[in-house]
Amino acid sequence: MLGSLIIVFREVIEAGLIVGIVLAVTKGVPGRGFWVAGGVGAGVVGACIVAAFAGALSQSLSGVGQEIFNAGILTFAVAMLAWHNIWMAKHGREMASELRTVGVEVAEGRQSLTALALVVAIAVLREGSEVALFLYGVAASGGTSGAQMLLGGALGVLLGALLSALMFFGLVKIPPRHLFGVTTALITFLAAGMAAQAVVYLQQAGITPFLSATVWDTSAILPDDSILGRALHTLFGYVDQPSQLQLMVYATVLLGIFTLTRHCSRPAAVRHA
Amino acid sequence: MKTAVALSFIALFAASPLCAAEVTLTLKNNAFSPAEAHAPANQPLTIIVKNLDATAAEFESKTLRVEKVVPPNGQVSMQVRALNPGRYRFMDDFHQDAIGELVVE
Repeated sequence: MLGSLIIVFREVIEAGLIVGIVLAVTKGVPGRGFWVAGGVGAGVVGACIVAAFAGALSQSLSGVGQEIFNAGILTFAVAMLAWHNIWMAKHGREMASELRTVGVEVAEGRQSLTALALVVAIAVLREGSEVALFLYGVAASGGTSGAQMLLGGALGVLLGALLSALMFFGLVKIPPRHLFGVTTALITFLAAGMAAQAVVYLQQAGITPFLSATVWDTSAILPDDSILGRALHTLFGYVDQPSQLQLMVYATVLLGIFTLTRHCSRPAAVRHA
Repeated sequence: MKTAVALSFIALFAASPLCAAEVTLTLKNNAFSPAEAHAPANQPLTIIVKNLDATAAEFESKTLRVEKVVPPNGQVSMQVRALNPGRYRFMDDFHQDAIGELVVE
């Protein structure tokens, strides 16, 4: 039971932390509950479909379908997060400081909400498909331990959701003045971490067989499969044994989004200085 | 777009057979056989995992930097970088009692 609790808990916090950040980012945007819930719902449905077709997915594209799928949706999520940050940098300040009709505000908030709902859906899809496969295996193997392990899984979901909620309430405690800056930074790190994870799949598929040497090994100090390591992995992309290519892609995406966000927010910042 | 780029990459590398070493692992009754596999150092490696069980598994190794779902009664293969000599642990993430080691020498 403890085993399945930990496995499910791990997957749920990964998706849950992302949902928590998105909820904090969209605080005060009308209709966000609908979009975030829609994202979670779509992710759960998608996860079940992916789990059901796991075999077919593995065999497709000459055996690297799984890797291409994972790398593809991660890259898409990175693009959505980058777009959100840049869009918010452009319009966020105007929205907050200039008087606008409610109708316009809602419409503009929604544009970026769509991107974030997709990111939520992708996070739930990735982690959820593993949970679905795992729990299906538990249910299929039956036996006396089956019920115990399903109970463990349910507790894992609850605990994961609780930790994610704590993260959310911690974030919204930040004064609104600073919240924008904090969430912008969080989303930038989130995107860079996802890009680095996409690299792992491409290397595993043999698509990018270069720059694969390990840069450092901190697995003895902070293993990335521990709960803390896992949370840091989701939030900042922490890896205990990164490859050179992973590190390069991480740094590039981090710098790229940071620079673009700064660049796009500059006119507004000057105007209100 | 991303897929198109990726696909052209696959075509490129599939066309040039990498002279990689191969390791085959079998999962049965949620246990690896062999539980200790051997591979040569300093050359790219292909790991093939065959799952003879009726439930899905996830082959995972932090040190080998791989993570892949192995469907029930299915098999998958993964590319691993040229490794330094040493012992590399792997496991089935869905059945964490199933562990094994790859000895690179």
